Amino acid sequence: MIYEVFRQEREGQPFQHGGSLEAPNLAFAEAYARELYGRRDESFALWIVPRESIEEVLDPYVADVFDRDYRRVDGYSLKVKLKEARELAAKNAAHFPREESSAISDLGPA
Amino acid sequence: MSEDDITKPAGSRSEGSVPESAQRILELADDELILGWRNSEWTGIAPFLEEDVAFSSIAQTEIGHARAWYELAARLTGRGRVDADTLAFDRDPDEYRCAPFVEARLVPDWAKTIARHWLYETADAIRIEALQASDDPEVAGLAEKIDREENYHRMHADMWAERLRDEARFRSAVDELWPSALGLLEPGQRDRLCEILSREPVDPVERGEHTEELRPLWEEMTMVRRSVPGASW
Repeated sequence: MIYEVFRQEREGQPFQHGGSLEAPNLAFAEAYARELYGRRDESFALWIVPRESIEEVLDPYVADVFDRDYRRVDGYSLKVKLKEARELAAKNAAHFPREESSAISDLGPA
Repeated sequence: MSEDDITKPAGSRSEGSVPESAQRILELADDELILGWRNSEWTGIAPFLEEDVAFSSIAQTEIGHARAWYELAARLTGRGRVDADTLAFDRDPDEYRCAPFVEARLVPDWAKTIARHWLYETADAIRIEALQASDDPEVAGLAEKIDREENYHRMHADMWAERLRDEARFRSAVDELWPSALGLLEPGQRDRLCEILSREPVDPVERGEHTEELRPLWEEMTMVRRSVPGASW
């Protein structure tokens, strides 16, 4: 049986596909994964998954039939909006200068 | 203890000149070297690639353990004239103290190889455990360190024994090897092996005499070393 091996190089990092191995059962696969992907201290953690347990998601791109580019993260130019927001904030700050200590009272009555 | 004391076979030594512990260590080192060597004969031709890597790696760690035991045995002589390589390669075949059990070339019989590997690791665990309780802190410390690696060897041997246990070739190989497997251990440790493996005690093939297979192995193993005597590599 073919097992796919996923390696975590350092604690907290995402697991990445490392390769595959062939083994007659899970016990052998564990031993071989250790030997092939762990012996040189190159992995903090290992996952092994029988290849047949992996379901491939076909056609991952959901085609955009209608023109709805606002749904996409690249639909807006955030850069332009951020620039406008910064300019507005700067303008307001110039009109209503505030002392730092008043920051809390600005929140209004409790 | 002199260089001669540790490198000469038991019969040619003056009685009582070698500490008991040094003899045990040399037996162990020779077992590990010769078995490591035999197992390494599978490198490149094991039944499948993953097993080739795993079994070669086990062979290599056995030889590494032999090296560590030889270094300790060399230190116990206290003279600095003997080192691990001298003990591993500069003795005559008759001077090795390995058990007959480890000497046979088993390629291409994988079932028998696994039978020997499994019997060896099971027996080895018993003597390594005993050495961990040694009064000599160096011996106990090294045994403890080696045991950590042997743990992986045992896992490997056990999973194979489990896989092949109903295989006729494996079972008959275990039966055939059983008397020489018993001979790996001190007489006092043998009951324990019988108990662990649920097997009846038999007349063991004792350490002392070598099989015909050791000499050709030795010829090959020491070939390069002997080609330039005294060279510094």
